[in-house]
Amino acid sequence: MAADVIRLDIVTPAGIVFSDAVSTVQVPSALGLMGILANHTPLMTTLEIGAIKYTKEDKENYLAVSGGFLEVKDNVVIILATSAEKAEDIDIARAINAKERAEERLVRKDDAELDVLRAELALKRSINRIHVAELKK
Amino acid sequence: MASMRDIRRRIKSVKSTQQITKAMKMVSAAKLRKVQASLIAARPYAKKVQEVMDHLLGSEAEYENALITPRAEVKKVCYVVLAGDRGLCGGYNSQVLRLAENEIKAEKAECGLLLIGKKARDFFRSKPYKIIGHHVNIGDNPTMVQSIALSKYLIEKYLSGEVDEVHVIYSEFISTMNQEPKSVRLLPIPASEQVEQEKGLRDLYIFEPGEKAILDVILPQYVQSTVYRMMLEAKAGEHGARMTSMSAATDNAYEIIDKLTLSLNRARQAAITTEISEIVGGAAALE
Repeated sequence: MAADVIRLDIVTPAGIVFSDAVSTVQVPSALGLMGILANHTPLMTTLEIGAIKYTKEDKENYLAVSGGFLEVKDNVVIILATSAEKAEDIDIARAINAKERAEERLVRKDDAELDVLRAELALKRSINRIHVAELKK
Repeated sequence: MASMRDIRRRIKSVKSTQQITKAMKMVSAAKLRKVQASLIAARPYAKKVQEVMDHLLGSEAEYENALITPRAEVKKVCYVVLAGDRGLCGGYNSQVLRLAENEIKAEKAECGLLLIGKKARDFFRSKPYKIIGHHVNIGDNPTMVQSIALSKYLIEKYLSGEVDEVHVIYSEFISTMNQEPKSVRLLPIPASEQVEQEKGLRDLYIFEPGEKAILDVILPQYVQSTVYRMMLEAKAGEHGARMTSMSAATDNAYEIIDKLTLSLNRARQAAITTEISEIVGGAAALE
């Protein structure tokens, strides 16, 4: 493997979403955006809901991720996410739908506290999906 | 000997039964393929989560996390029984349920049952055990959403102190022909055997925002991925068992049809012989 290449594996319970050699990775870690280049020191961190950006052959690509976990070791980046989608695979109509539903639920607010929390998370996820899908354009 | 009409009627009824069993077999085969695909897809994730957990737990008992540390006194145990919603799948359900009952009988602490699947519910309904809850009609394809809901529920029960241990009884999918009922402790998370070898690796890593925070994230994910895998295994086993038993039923039907056809032909020939001898006899009487 060339010195400036990192292997990026994105794994979700539904299968392997992405597995390829890339040159840089940017992830939404718990402490903020984090960039990873080749020969990074071993690292473990948690991920927030957000966009993963990776560059391959000077082209930027995006994925939406809804929380998870990241491990870097020996030029291999492993992302364990509850869900992840490539920007081009995102169903925008569905995301917009989900966003509207979540907003509606937040407006009503009469539900239990737990539901508000869940709605907020759903809203965050759907906004993220829409955002990532738009980045692609 | 049964009359020809009776035999024909029986052949017809066996044939239609055979059609049903054949169709069920093919449907189960298709469903099995689907579940197996998700099982294979889920495998890398489960493996990775396990690996990361082993790395983290590598060195010591230094971080206590409620999900790992066994409780000093186990007073209440929750048994989750994963069985099917439908029958006609050979010994699949009864195997799981028998193991479940034996486990519960052997358990000294107070038990509570969480029953998944109609067959589990019906089996334990008439027995003197405490049932915490049941879920039926879970469908043929376990989804992530279901496993998230179930694992959240179990973690909540565990953390609130309502139960001190959670065990899952399910059937592990070994092959289409072979399923093995198993009882596994889900909570507190049992220590992995590999942990010993991973010592030292831990020192190499940077942890952000901290080891404890990461553990807090990874452990529920581990529980959830384990529950998901168990649900998939159980479902794959159910489809496999149904496929096998339906295939056996179809073969049996073939055999019965063969036997019946043989006796039908015999009866027909006997009738013809009688008829001829009657004609001959009649003709002889005329002369």
